[in-house]
Amino acid sequence: MLPKLFFAYFAVVIVGTSILVITRKNPIHSVLWMLVLFVHIAALYLFLNAEFLAAIQIIIYAGAILVLFLFVIMLLNLKREEMEKRFQKQWPLGVFAGMVFIVFLVLILSQIVVFPQLGPYSIQAIQSEGNLMTVGKVLYTEYLLPFEITSVILLVAIIGAVVLAKRKVN
Amino acid sequence: MTILEIGITFIKVFILVTIVLLHVAYATYCERKVIGHMQARLGPMHVGPHGLLQPIADFVKLFFKEDIIPSNADKPVFFIAPVIGVIAALSSLAVIPLWETFSIANLNIGILYILALSSLGAYSIILAGWASNSKYAFLGGLRASAQVISYEIAIGLSLVGVMMLAGSANLVDIVNAQSMYPFILVQPIAFFVFIMSAIAETNRAPFDLPEAESELVAGYFTEYSGMRFGLFFMAEYVAMFIMSAIATICFLGGWKGPDFWVFSYVPQIVWFLIKVYALIFFYFWIRATLPRYRYDQLMGLGWKLFIPLALANIVITGLVKLF
Repeated sequence: MLPKLFFAYFAVVIVGTSILVITRKNPIHSVLWMLVLFVHIAALYLFLNAEFLAAIQIIIYAGAILVLFLFVIMLLNLKREEMEKRFQKQWPLGVFAGMVFIVFLVLILSQIVVFPQLGPYSIQAIQSEGNLMTVGKVLYTEYLLPFEITSVILLVAIIGAVVLAKRKVN
Repeated sequence: MTILEIGITFIKVFILVTIVLLHVAYATYCERKVIGHMQARLGPMHVGPHGLLQPIADFVKLFFKEDIIPSNADKPVFFIAPVIGVIAALSSLAVIPLWETFSIANLNIGILYILALSSLGAYSIILAGWASNSKYAFLGGLRASAQVISYEIAIGLSLVGVMMLAGSANLVDIVNAQSMYPFILVQPIAFFVFIMSAIAETNRAPFDLPEAESELVAGYFTEYSGMRFGLFFMAEYVAMFIMSAIATICFLGGWKGPDFWVFSYVPQIVWFLIKVYALIFFYFWIRATLPRYRYDQLMGLGWKLFIPLALANIVITGLVKLF
């Protein structure tokens, strides 16, 4: 009962803050509600016994990406945005599309069958070895190639940023 | 978890927070005394014998001062900014093991938890700067957040070497892995990078650009007064204690001391406190000794020296562990 109650709290807050994020006039307030949202998502990861993911969620999303959002918002002059209407004319259409998507999602989720036997990474197996160790081992053995490809893509992005930022020296 | 365990945890939290806040109060006194004597002054002398009651007088003054809010400030954000800072700093205390069997939460991801909370602490600075609606506060906030974010990378990378040696991110396991020798002997580069980045991360001299008095009045908390100003002060000092505790745990062997003669009878908490106090003294010492950096020098130091050094340290540690 208690876990369900906690989950209900987190689910309601996540949905509520998501709506607040898109309806605030001031972009800084939007970012702040998003921070609340990210912290609650991290708490959901803790419920799933994924403490490593929870920590990473806070460090990367709340600690780095959102701060960059704040920077960009502060450096742009957004006075005009605050005066304008929040939503475009098409918003009823958007709500309709969202509703259709939710119906599909519910239909799909109700079809999910939990397999009789779970994979090697059951909760007990992960807890005996530690979350960090399990993720590390899987990442560097089974999923080495995708992991390296991701690193290369990030490296390309870094080099691209440097090239764009660098002035030409004559 | 029974009701009893929850109750015991609450009592532990209460005691720990009280002790740390007393430490914060007397760290300000100690700082003024130490810097005073280093500069051939006496420091606070008037309230109580040798000024010993000065922190209490300061607290009373801050508490009863008028709470001034700038007219165009964004009030909710202005109110919440110092609270975020204090909560982020105080919650980091939860994972710090004071001795072998005492820590409020013994997490497997202890180091990551500390890093996550210190990255949340950056919000208090950036939001305080923005919400005050003042030029000085805004510039101070932007400077501070850029500085904190860059030095967080160096801190995280310098701790990776320690995690590799200990094979764990659990703070208790890290101390237990140092029973033969403290990690400062095998990770001197990481220790240097960590200590310097910790000073920058807590916005202390010589890296106190965010609150450079001569340029920005007081930086991000220029517009704050009374107890809200006090909260920023508190967050900064608690962060200093946490950084010192992490340095003690990860590099200086935590609660372990020499194990011979009378030394083996000294309780573990005493060793831990001696090391933390020494590092806090180092903070004061460096503040009294070095002039402030220029901002571009500070960012250059972080990105061009500390981060490459920490990366090289990881590679070397990995190679040594491999062979």
